Amino acid sequence: MENKKIGVYICTGCGIGDALDIEKLGEDGTEDRTVAVCKNHPAMCSKEGAELIKQDIESEGVNTVVVAACSPRVMYDVFDFPGCIVDRVNLREQVVWCHPPQDEDTQMMAEDYLRMSLAKVEEMDLPEAYMPDEEMYRDILVVGGGISGLTAALETAKAGYNAVLVEKEPELGGFQKKVDLIAASPYKDIKDNDLKLLIDAVNGNDKITVYTGATVEKTEGGPGVFKVTVKQNGTGKEHGIGAIVNAAGWVPYDPQKLDEKLGYGKSPNVITNMQFEENSSGGKVTRPGDGKEVKNAAFLQCAGQRDPNHLSYCSSVCCTTALKQALMIKKQDPEANVFVVYKELRTPGQAEDLYRRAQEEGITFIRCQDPEVKAEGDSVTVEAEDELLGETITLDNLDLVVLATGMVPVSSFGRDVAKEEVEESEGEELEDVPLDVIRRSNILNLTYRQGPELPALSNEFPDSHFICFPYETRRTGIYAAGCIRRPMGRGTAFEDAAGAAMKAIQSVELAHRGAAVHPRAGDMSFPEFAMQRCTQCKRCTVECPFGAINEDEKANPLPQPTRCRRCGVCMGACPERIISFKNYSVRMIGNMIKAIQVPEEDEEKPRVLVLACENDAYPALDMLGMRRINYNPWIRVIPLRCLGSMNLVWIADSLSKGIDGVLLLGCNSGDDYQCHFIKGSELSQIRLSKVSETLNRLALESERVHFDTVSIIDYKNLPEMFEKFMDTIEEVGPNPFKGW
Amino acid sequence: MANNETQSILVVGGGMSGMTAAIEAAEAGYDVYIVEKNPYLGGRVAQLHHYFPKLCPPYCGLEINFRRIKNNSKIRFFTLAEVDKVSGEEGNFDVTIKLNPRFVNENCTACGKCAEATTMEIDNPFNYGMNKMKAAYLPHELAFPMRYVIDPALAKSDEARKVKEACSYDAVDLDMGVRTVDLKVGSIVWASGWKPYDANKLETYGFGVFPDVITNVMMERLASYSGPTGGAILRPSNGEAPQTVAFVQCAGSRDENHLPFCSGICCLASMKQATYVREQYPDAKIYIFFIDIRATDRLEAFYRKVKEDENIEFFKGKVAKITQNESGQGLVLRVENTATEELNEIPADLVVLATGMEPNTADAPLPIEVPYDDYGFVASQNAGPGVYAAGCSRTPISVSEAVQDGTAAALKAIQSIARR
Repeated sequence: MENKKIGVYICTGCGIGDALDIEKLGEDGTEDRTVAVCKNHPAMCSKEGAELIKQDIESEGVNTVVVAACSPRVMYDVFDFPGCIVDRVNLREQVVWCHPPQDEDTQMMAEDYLRMSLAKVEEMDLPEAYMPDEEMYRDILVVGGGISGLTAALETAKAGYNAVLVEKEPELGGFQKKVDLIAASPYKDIKDNDLKLLIDAVNGNDKITVYTGATVEKTEGGPGVFKVTVKQNGTGKEHGIGAIVNAAGWVPYDPQKLDEKLGYGKSPNVITNMQFEENSSGGKVTRPGDGKEVKNAAFLQCAGQRDPNHLSYCSSVCCTTALKQALMIKKQDPEANVFVVYKELRTPGQAEDLYRRAQEEGITFIRCQDPEVKAEGDSVTVEAEDELLGETITLDNLDLVVLATGMVPVSSFGRDVAKEEVEESEGEELEDVPLDVIRRSNILNLTYRQGPELPALSNEFPDSHFICFPYETRRTGIYAAGCIRRPMGRGTAFEDAAGAAMKAIQSVELAHRGAAVHPRAGDMSFPEFAMQRCTQCKRCTVECPFGAINEDEKANPLPQPTRCRRCGVCMGACPERIISFKNYSVRMIGNMIKAIQVPEEDEEKPRVLVLACENDAYPALDMLGMRRINYNPWIRVIPLRCLGSMNLVWIADSLSKGIDGVLLLGCNSGDDYQCHFIKGSELSQIRLSKVSETLNRLALESERVHFDTVSIIDYKNLPEMFEKFMDTIEEVGPNPFKGW
Repeated sequence: MANNETQSILVVGGGMSGMTAAIEAAEAGYDVYIVEKNPYLGGRVAQLHHYFPKLCPPYCGLEINFRRIKNNSKIRFFTLAEVDKVSGEEGNFDVTIKLNPRFVNENCTACGKCAEATTMEIDNPFNYGMNKMKAAYLPHELAFPMRYVIDPALAKSDEARKVKEACSYDAVDLDMGVRTVDLKVGSIVWASGWKPYDANKLETYGFGVFPDVITNVMMERLASYSGPTGGAILRPSNGEAPQTVAFVQCAGSRDENHLPFCSGICCLASMKQATYVREQYPDAKIYIFFIDIRATDRLEAFYRKVKEDENIEFFKGKVAKITQNESGQGLVLRVENTATEELNEIPADLVVLATGMEPNTADAPLPIEVPYDDYGFVASQNAGPGVYAAGCSRTPISVSEAVQDGTAAALKAIQSIARR
C-alpha cells in the first residue's frame, strides 16, 4: 500500500488507563514514526470507540489502524476495517493484566509493543488473492471404486459437482463385491448387501465419469489446477481436476505370514475371514475342502493383528464380521456348533446388539489370548485356554476354522522414497530434515518434489492430525477416505467418504477464491519468491511440510501457491530471505525486533525476545492475563504463524541489537506432534541446533537462545519458564552488544 | 436456486460435531447458524483435560476452531439458545429459536468487574458441581464467546444493581428476558450431543453416597488446571491424595438395565485418566475393571503402552458392589474374578465410574418427526428430508469420529440446498 496513513487508537478501559501513563505511551511509543492520528477512548470496543476509528478512516483518510487495546483474539469483529491494514497491540491481556500498574517496566513494555506494531504495519500490505493464470477446475477425482470411493463420487455429484471415478479392477465394488450378507445399523440382525444399489446409482449419474480397469498415471498441479492423467487400456486421458479423494482402499493381510500355530495352509478348512466371504456366495456356507455342510465351526479373532510382529493395530471390524459370519452358519443350521475365540470382543456403539443376538442364538464365546490350531487334512482341532473358565478347551471335528486377519492399506506397498534418497546419496551428507515415509504405491503418482504419494504417519496410514482434523493429509486438496485412512467398517465408510467429499469440494471453492485451506482457511496471503536472489539451496523445497514447492532441473523452487498452507516454513528456511508474504515477512519481524528499545547495561534491565507460536503459546500468554498472573516484565513477545517460519536472521538481529536472549515457544513434535503445520516446530528446533555457529561468530554464549515446548494449557508453567531463562541470562551476563 | 434466505444451514449444537458441520459448510461458502444451549461453544470437549491417545489438550483444537469461526462471517451463532419450533420442509424450513437471558450484552469486555461486585455463589456446572463459583461468571477460561454470564438468581437478587453499577461498559442488562428469533433455513444438522449416564441410577455403586465415588467426566475436571482443585487429583471426601484408584468400566454400559449399547470411548478414557493419576502420583496403584478393552484401530497402541505400566492392573471382571470399609475412610469394591471365580474385595481410595454416553435426543427429541433407535439415538444420518443427524445424536463416538461425522453432515446439508 502506498502512502500509509497511520492511526493509533489506545483504549484506556479494562484497567489499561489506570496502569499506564497513556499520554506518555502515545508520545514515546510513536516518536520514531509518522503517525497521522493518535487517540484514546475509555472503551475503544464500544460503538462510540469503533465509530471514532471509522470516522478517521472515512474523513481523515486513515488506512492503517493500530488498535492498542485487548488481545487480537477478542473483539475481532469490532476491530475489522475492510480495506485497511489493521494491527492489534495486546495491552490488556499481555501487559496490564499481568504486570504491576504504574510501574516503569510495565510502561516500557507497553511502549515497546506499540513501537513494534508500528514497525510491523510499516512492512505490511494487504494480501491479494492468488489467482493462477491457467484454467481452474471444480471436478473431483475419486481414486478407488469400493464403497468409500463410490460413495465419495455419488455424494460429490449430489452436491452439484462432477466426479471422475477411477477403479483399477475391471468392476466397481471393491471388496464388498464378495460380500452377500452384511452387519449394519441397527445391528439387530444381519441383512442383504445392497451394494448393487450404490453401483447402479453411480453408473446412472451423469455427473460421474467412471473408469474401470484404470489407474492414475500422473497427477500434477494443485487444488483447482490439478491435471490428472487416467490410464485405461493403454491410453491416457487428461482431466482438469479441482481436488482429490483418495479411497484406494485396503488388501487383506497376507495369511501366509501368520504364526504357524494358527494352522493356515495346513488344511483347506482353515481359511481367513476374507476367504469366508468368497466361499459363502449366496449366503451359503460350506466346508471349503469338500463343499460339505458345516456342523462345527470356530472363529479365531485377532489373527496377526494387535501384534507388533504383524499388524500392530486393531482392524476394528473383525469382531462384528465374525459375529455376522457366525450368525450366517447358525441361520443355515441352528444345530451347528459355532465358537468365537476372542482376545477382546470389540463391538462398539449399537453393534453391541449384534453381540447380544449372537449369544441368544447359542454361539459360544471363548476368551483366550493364544489359541492353537491343529490341522491335518480335513481334521481340524482348536485348543484354547479359556480365561473365564480357567481351563483348556479342545474344539475338535471342526469343519471350518476362520482366522480374523486384518486390513492393510494399499499405500503400504512400494518402495520408500526416503530410502531411495539415502541410497542415491551414496554416503553424501543428506539434508538434516527427517524424511517422510512416502511409498511408490502407484495410487496418485504425484509429480511432487517430495514424492509421489501421501506421507504416512504410523502403520502406513496417511499423516494427519488424526484427532482434530482427520481429513487433512499432508498434501493440500487431497483427502483420504475409507480404509486407506484407517481401518473401518462399511457404515463408517459411508460417512467417511461423504466427509472427504466435503473437504474436497471446500478445497476447490477456497482455491477458486484464492484462499488457503485449513488450518489458515480463508487466508489470502501467500509466499512470494524474489527469484533473482535464489541460490538453489533447496531448503524451501525440502522443508515445506505440505510438499507445495517443486523444483526445476536447476533446483530453482517452483512454488504452487494453491498447494500452500501459508505457514511460512519456507520463509523461515530460506537463508537468503527471499520468501515473503504481503503481511508477513522476514523484514517485518526483523524490524519489530529492531523497534524494541534495549536499555543500557547499567540500567540492569535485560531484554528477552519471545517468539511464540500464535496457535498455542500466544493464547496461553493471554490466559495468564485472564488469570492476572504476573510474570517477568523484561520479555517482549512476537507471535509467529508457526515456529517453523522462524528465520535464524531474527536471532542475529536480536543479539546484535543487544537483546540478551531469545526464547522460542513452540509445540510438541514427534509421533504425538501438536504443531498445526505438522513439522514446523520440529524444523525450527533443527534450525536452532545450527545457531551456535552464528553465536560463536558473534562471540556469544549458546545459552542465550533456547527452545521450549508449550501447550495451550501450560500457561501456569510460563512464569517459571521465564524466570529460569532469566536466571540463565543472568549467569551468562548482559549481552556485550548493548548500545552498539 | 432458491432465494438467499433459505440457502442457510441450521446446525443445532455447538459441540465438536455441530461446530465442525458449521465450519466445514461455511468454509465451502455456505451461510450457517449455530444454536447452542450453553453460554459457550465447544460442548463437552471443552471440559476435557486431555485427548486420547496423544494426551494433548482439547483447548488447542478448540482455539483453532474458534479462530475459524472468528475469521468467517458466514457463521452466525446463538448461545443460551434452543430450537423451539421447526415447520416447513426441506429447502424451506421456518425455525423459531428461543434465547435464554444472559443478562450480559455484547458490550461485555470480560474485564471481570461484575464477578468482583457480587458475593453470590452458585454450583459450577462446568465442573459438574464440584465447586462453587461467582454467580457472575465466565463459563471457562477459553470460553467463546468471551463474555460473562449472570445467573438468573443473581439477576433477580438485591445484589443485581450493584453488579450492574460495577460494569463500566453498560454490558449488564437486568431486564433481559426470553426472546425468540425466527430463521428461514434450507436444511438442518442436528448435533445436540450427549450427556453422561446418570450414575445415581447405578444403585450398588454408591455414587452420591460415598464422595470418593466419582464419574469419568468429573475426573477430567479434577485433572484440569482450571478445575475445582487446580488440577490436583484429590479425594473429594478429605482432599487427600489417593493411593489406590479404581476405574469401573461399563458402569451402566452394555447392561440391559441401563445402557445396553457400548459407548465406545470409556475404555480409552479410563486408560487416559490412569495416566493422569500416574503422572501426579508415581506410586499410586490403579485397577481397571473391565469386560473387554475396546481400543480399536490405532488406539490399540495406547492400550499397549498403558499395559506396560506395572502399577496399572487390568482386572477382568464386573464390579458388583462398592461399599465403605469399616473405618469409613476408604472404599471396597466387590468384584468377581472371572478367571478364578473368586470373589475379591479390593480396597480403593478413589473410584471412577466409566459411565456411558446417553444421547440428548433421548429426552429432548427433535421438534420434527424423525426415526430413533431403541436407545434414543436418531436412527440414521439421513434423519428426514433436509434433516441430518451428526455425532452423538446418532451413535456414541469419539472426538475424531465426531469431526468425521460432522464433516459428512455438512455435505448432506449442502446437497439439500444444492437440490433446490
